[in-house]
Amino acid sequence: MLEFMEGSHAVAEIVKRCRPQVIAAYPITPQTHIVEDLAQMVANCEIDAEYITVESEFSALSACLGASAAGSRVYSATTSQGLALMFEVCFNAAGMRQPIVMTIANRSLGAPLSIWNDQQDSISLRDSGWLQYYAEDNQEAADLHMIAYRVCEDHDILLPAFVCFDGFILTHTYEPVALPSQEEVDAYLPAFTPYQRLDAEAPLSMGMYATPEYYMEFRYEIDRAMHRSKQAFIKAGREFGEQFGRDYSALVEGYRLEDADTALVAMGSICGTVKDAIDEMREHGRKVGLLKIRTYRPFPAQEIADALKGVSTVAVLDKNISLGNGGAVGTEVKSALYGSGVAVYDYIIALGGRDVRKRDIAAVVDLAEKGKGDMFYGLRTEVL
Amino acid sequence: MAEVEEGCELFSAGHRACGGCGPALAARLLLKATGKNVILVASTGCMEVFSTPYPETAWGVPWIHSLFENAAAVASGIEASLKRQGRSEKVVCVCGDGATFDIGVLCISGAFERGHDITYICYDNEAYMNTGIQRSAATPYGASTTTSPAGACSLGNPHPKKDMPGILAAHGAPYVATASIAYPNDFVQKVERAINTPGPCYIQVHTPCCTGWGFESGETLAMAKLAIETGLWVNYEMVNGQVQKAKKVRRKPVEEYLAKQKRFRHLFKPARRDDVIANIQAVADANAERFSIDIKPKESSE
Amino acid sequence: MALRVGCAAPPGKALENKTGAWRVFKPVFEPEKCTKCGMCAMVCPEGCVHETEEGTFEPDLDYCKGCGICVEICPKKGIRMEKEEK
Repeated sequence: MLEFMEGSHAVAEIVKRCRPQVIAAYPITPQTHIVEDLAQMVANCEIDAEYITVESEFSALSACLGASAAGSRVYSATTSQGLALMFEVCFNAAGMRQPIVMTIANRSLGAPLSIWNDQQDSISLRDSGWLQYYAEDNQEAADLHMIAYRVCEDHDILLPAFVCFDGFILTHTYEPVALPSQEEVDAYLPAFTPYQRLDAEAPLSMGMYATPEYYMEFRYEIDRAMHRSKQAFIKAGREFGEQFGRDYSALVEGYRLEDADTALVAMGSICGTVKDAIDEMREHGRKVGLLKIRTYRPFPAQEIADALKGVSTVAVLDKNISLGNGGAVGTEVKSALYGSGVAVYDYIIALGGRDVRKRDIAAVVDLAEKGKGDMFYGLRTEVL
Repeated sequence: MAEVEEGCELFSAGHRACGGCGPALAARLLLKATGKNVILVASTGCMEVFSTPYPETAWGVPWIHSLFENAAAVASGIEASLKRQGRSEKVVCVCGDGATFDIGVLCISGAFERGHDITYICYDNEAYMNTGIQRSAATPYGASTTTSPAGACSLGNPHPKKDMPGILAAHGAPYVATASIAYPNDFVQKVERAINTPGPCYIQVHTPCCTGWGFESGETLAMAKLAIETGLWVNYEMVNGQVQKAKKVRRKPVEEYLAKQKRFRHLFKPARRDDVIANIQAVADANAERFSIDIKPKESSE
Repeated sequence: MALRVGCAAPPGKALENKTGAWRVFKPVFEPEKCTKCGMCAMVCPEGCVHETEEGTFEPDLDYCKGCGICVEICPKKGIRMEKEEK
C-alpha cells in the first residue's frame, strides 16, 4: 500500500523496522527530520533502541563505532559539514570493519556556507572505505537502507555504508512510498550477528596499529571486501525484488539506453528530471538515454563500460567538483571507458542547490553532441 | 599475592614501554582493580602504541582503540550497547593527558554531561610523550618540553596546568579523584570505587615518564612520591563536586622535586632562576591551601 | 596466518616479544633479606617479578628491562643492580 509521506519520514520508518539497537546522531539541516522522527519513536517506545544525543557528528559516529564493536546494530544520519567533521572516524570505522549504516542527506560543503543540495559531501569520502548507495527517489532511499544492512553485515563484507539521498529535493519532499511491515522487514533482514565483538568472555584487542609489515595487507583486505560487496549487493537487491517487487539487483540502471547515441550519466534525484527530459527529447527523435549509477562505491566500472558500449557520446552530470580536476564521477567514467572510443564529457551542475530543469538537460546533450564539455554548466556569468 | 598475579596476567609482559615506565605500571594496577569484567577504550598515545603492535597485544581483557580524541564517545556507544544487551562489563577509558586535557575535551564533556556509566582514567605524564615530549595542557608551569623549550627568552611552559578534575566535577560527575602510582593501593581502591559508582567517573593518575622528564628509570616512583611531598601533585577525591579527602603531607620545598628532573634543569643552570622557582613554590602553596594538605606541627598524623 | 579482520587480535602474543634483550643492568634478588612484602612484584611495570614457592620473589629475565624500580622500592635493600654480561 502506498502512503504519501515526507522522504525523511519514510527513511525513519524503514530504519525503525531495521531494528537498530543504538542510534547516535547530531542535528544538521537537512537531516534533522530523520533523527527527530527516530527520537520520537524511541520516546514512544516504538523502537527498542538507545538514542544517544551526542554533542557533535564526530562523537555520533564514534559512539556508533563503539556500539557496533560491542555487538549492536547501529544507525546514524548526517550531511555536509557534519560528514566532514566525521572524516577521521569514517576512515577508522571502515578500517575497523564495523557494519554501520548511515544516511547522508546530501548537501554542499562550505565555504561559502550553503544548506542546499549537491553531492560534494559523500563524494568527498569516496576513498574512505564506505559503500555508497545513491537513491533517485524516496522509495529507493527507504529500500536501500534494508539492502545496506544486509550487505554491510555479511561476514564476507563487514564494511560501513552511506545511503545517500538529496537534501531537500528528497528529504523534505512528499512522495508516495510503500512501507513494508515489521514482519516483512524481519523476514528480509535477519537479527544482527556480529562477526566479533568486545566481550569479557572472549577478550579481543580491536583497532591495534599495524607496522609496515602488515598495513598494506590490511588495506588490501578492505579493498577486496569492497569488490566482493558488488555481488552481495546484487544478491541482496535481487532478493529484495523477489520479496517486495522492486528489483535492485543492478549496480547501474539504464533508461532508454538500448538504441541511444548519447547517454547521460547521473546519480540521485537528478535522474528523475533526466528521465523526463529524455522522454521529451525522444519525442523529437533524439536518441538519448540515461545510465543511473546506484552504487558509487564500489565503483561499477565494468558495468558502466558494458552498459555504454553502444553509445558514441556520454555526458556525465556531476553534482560535485574535485577542485582543480573536474567532477569526480566524470573522471571515473572516463577511466571506465578508456580505450572504448566513446567521447565522454563532464558537466559540473547544480552545485549548492542550483535548480536543474528539463531544458538544462537538453542543453547539456546539445553541448555534448557538439563536443563541448568538461565545464561548469549553468554559470551565471553576469555575476562573475 | 593472588591479586598481584591477576594483574600480571591481565596486562602481560612483552609490551614495548620504556624500562621504568609509569603508565605501564598504571595499566597493570588498573587491571588489578577492574578484574576481567571490563571493556577498555584507549586513546592513541604511548600506552596504546607500546601495548598493541598487531598482533602482539599485551591486554588480557577486551580492549579497543579507535582514534586519539574519541575514546569517551566510543565508550558512550559501548555503554549504550551493553545496556541494551543487558551485559555487565564495566566500561573504562584509559587515555593520556594530551587525549584528555586537549584534543578529547569535546567528547569527554559530552559523555560526562550525558551521564554515561563509564570510568575515565587519565594517565597523566604531563606532555605528549609518544610524539616526542611536546607540551600539553597538563604540562606544569616552568617545564621545558620540545614545544615549550627553555631558552634565552623562555622559562619553559608559561601556562599553569589545566584543572581537569575540577572541570569534570563541574559536569556533575559523582566521583572524581586524583591518584599516583607512588601509592598503588590508593590508586587501585579509587578505581574500584569509580567503576562501582554509577555514572561518569574520572580518575587522573600521576605517571612519571623517565624519558620525557629526564630522570633515571629506577626513580619513577620516587619522583611520583616527591610530587606529592612537595604539594605539586595532590591526591584527593571529590564526591558530587565536594573535596572529601586529600592526602596530607609534611611538605618539602619544590626545589627537591625540580632539581632531579631534566625538564626543570634550566631553572638551575646556567643561572638559578629563583623567580620561576618561587612561582612554582606558589603553585604548591596554593594547592596546599586549597586542599588543606599541610600537616600542622601540632598534628601527629593525618 | 590470515589477518584478523579489523586489525584485531586475541591476548597472548605480546609474550613472544622477549624484552629482556633490552637490559643493560639486571636486578639480583637476595632472598635472605626478603620480608615477603611483595612491593617489588606490585610495582614492576612489566609484571615480571614472580613469587617463588618459598614466598620470596624473583624476576623473569626473559622480560625484565632492568629499570631498577624494584631496587628503589625494596624496603630491605634486598635487590641490587649488576651490569649485564652478554
